[in-house]
Amino acid sequence: MASRAPVLQVAGLQTHFFTFGGARIIKAVDGVSFTLREGETLGLVGESGSGKTTTCLSIVGLLPRAGRIVGGRVLFEGEDLTRKSQRELRRIRGRRIAVILQDPMASLNPLFTIFRQVAEPAFFHQHLRGRTLRERVQSLLRAVRIPSPEWRMREYPHQMSGGMRQRIVGAIALAGGPRLVIADEPTTNLDVTIQAQYLDLLKDIQRETGVALIFVTHNLGIVAKMCDRVAVMYAGKLVEQAPVRELFDDPKHPYTRALLGSMPKLGNKEPLYSIRGQPPNLANLPAGCAFHPRCPDVMPRCMSDEPRDVVLGDGSVARCWLLDDVLTRS
Amino acid sequence: MSSPVLEVRGLKKHFPARRRLLGGTATWVKAVDGVDFAIHAGETLGLIGESGCGKTTTSKLILLQETPTAGTISFDGRDIASLEGPDLMAYRRAVQVVFQDPFSSLSPRMRVGDIIGEPLEIHTDLPRAAIGERVGKVLELVGLAPDVAPLFPHEFSGGQRQRIAIARALATDTRLIVLDEPVSALDVSVRAQIINQLEALQRTLGVSYLFIGHDLATVAHISHRIAVMYLGQIVESAQSDALCARPMHPYTKALFAASLPSHPDDPQPERTVAGEVPSALDLPSGCRFHPRCPAAMPICSQVAPTLRRRDGDGEVACHLYD
Repeated sequence: MASRAPVLQVAGLQTHFFTFGGARIIKAVDGVSFTLREGETLGLVGESGSGKTTTCLSIVGLLPRAGRIVGGRVLFEGEDLTRKSQRELRRIRGRRIAVILQDPMASLNPLFTIFRQVAEPAFFHQHLRGRTLRERVQSLLRAVRIPSPEWRMREYPHQMSGGMRQRIVGAIALAGGPRLVIADEPTTNLDVTIQAQYLDLLKDIQRETGVALIFVTHNLGIVAKMCDRVAVMYAGKLVEQAPVRELFDDPKHPYTRALLGSMPKLGNKEPLYSIRGQPPNLANLPAGCAFHPRCPDVMPRCMSDEPRDVVLGDGSVARCWLLDDVLTRS
Repeated sequence: MSSPVLEVRGLKKHFPARRRLLGGTATWVKAVDGVDFAIHAGETLGLIGESGCGKTTTSKLILLQETPTAGTISFDGRDIASLEGPDLMAYRRAVQVVFQDPFSSLSPRMRVGDIIGEPLEIHTDLPRAAIGERVGKVLELVGLAPDVAPLFPHEFSGGQRQRIAIARALATDTRLIVLDEPVSALDVSVRAQIINQLEALQRTLGVSYLFIGHDLATVAHISHRIAVMYLGQIVESAQSDALCARPMHPYTKALFAASLPSHPDDPQPERTVAGEVPSALDLPSGCRFHPRCPAAMPICSQVAPTLRRRDGDGEVACHLYD
């Protein structure tokens, strides 16, 4: 897959939040870099508050007012999105980049019919009208497996089940024919069976269209099912990035190891590995490596010096002093 | 085995849905429709199923938040519907609950010590100092420092709040805790802490759990027995290991197929069950699962299967095993 063209290159992205009139700076995203190629799925994993969602919002330029990109670049098909005006971004969002959010009821307008909401991107971006527009909406709804779309598109969101609503949001995302879809925990509120259906559907769509996917989740099971590569975030930084098999077989960072160990597995009744402590407060990060207060392998230097990215042979990149020692010894 | 702590027999709860013009009810939602199970001391029963299958209604019936349409719930051999006065208070003391979302289940205006102490104030005549002592003790049990008692819930993270909710449930001499998806709202790393904590508490205190969830791996991890619910009925129940090793009901199989892999190379099921849970207003005839069942036979749409013994252990309701 390495031969395919990169769709998105994020390099050294830094997004900070300025609160109390700039008196307090919260480094929600602090030096995040990754590359996503055509047809590839990247899993962005981390606990709440680790900066996953802020990373995604920075890519599409939908940050809340207190947030600002203070460094780095977001190259989407060669164009730096951080330098675009909101006007230019509006022409990219909904057409070439689409976003699927966690709560479908919050993404759909309860006062408009499904037709109107699914038609919007095609109406504005592709200037479709009349019958062509209706046919386009029907084919989109069919693509996300909504039964009898010609009837269903006249209904309102409250008439749909949770799984169907999330599929409608999927149809809206696909409406512009995007090259990149950012899905932010799209299945968190769904039942397991509906979640499985939805994930299968996303995979099918990806196979047909070659769209690149960023999957934000804290569920490693979803990563195992869906992703080609994984980026693990902790306190605003990527602590490990690896192809999915390498990450599950040989996790390099203690945090990744801990996350994998804390996953309950069917047929295994051993006590789960539990990470001590709580995720850190971004306004008051510990010195050195942000994970050191919770790390089982903590060393003196972890408390004072920040580790650097270490590139390893199997395509993994991890940020931990343990690996630094491995490198200097070899 | 000793007699169960809680025994549920033929439990039904029907809610009126549409009313006819001059009184009388035209349609009923059969949220719980003939459920039997038992929970023994120190045991965890896992209850799984999709949303709308009656898990939460079952828990509300046990917690006396709803009265059953039919059937009995007995606690220590006594029907809880007949309990009155001090006996009823004793039941409410012995059966507690932990909800899914610790952000809405703890009052933001009460201090942690008061939240945990409230059941003690209601149920015991302990002096304030003794209540404070007990609060400190249960806080330690759930892995929090006793000196957090004067703080407010907003000063805690999600995992810590869930510990506070568990501490509150343990404050009285609790015998059974209903855990309604207690870890679904928590971060992965914290989830494991809470699961381990619950298991450790059960070992030391011998408390029983009714664990309601939809994540199979989590439910299987904590439960001794598992009951699978579909549209108000239990379709299969067995020891957790036996159920995981050999699910028999097509619905249980579908739930296993839909559960997420723990490794990218895990064998992935071809296709999972199609469709969604039908409305409880308009129940399918015969076996309620037949419209979605990949193994449906003609008899399935006509005759409702009854629970029969599974191989080895447990029960299953499916015509495949007639």
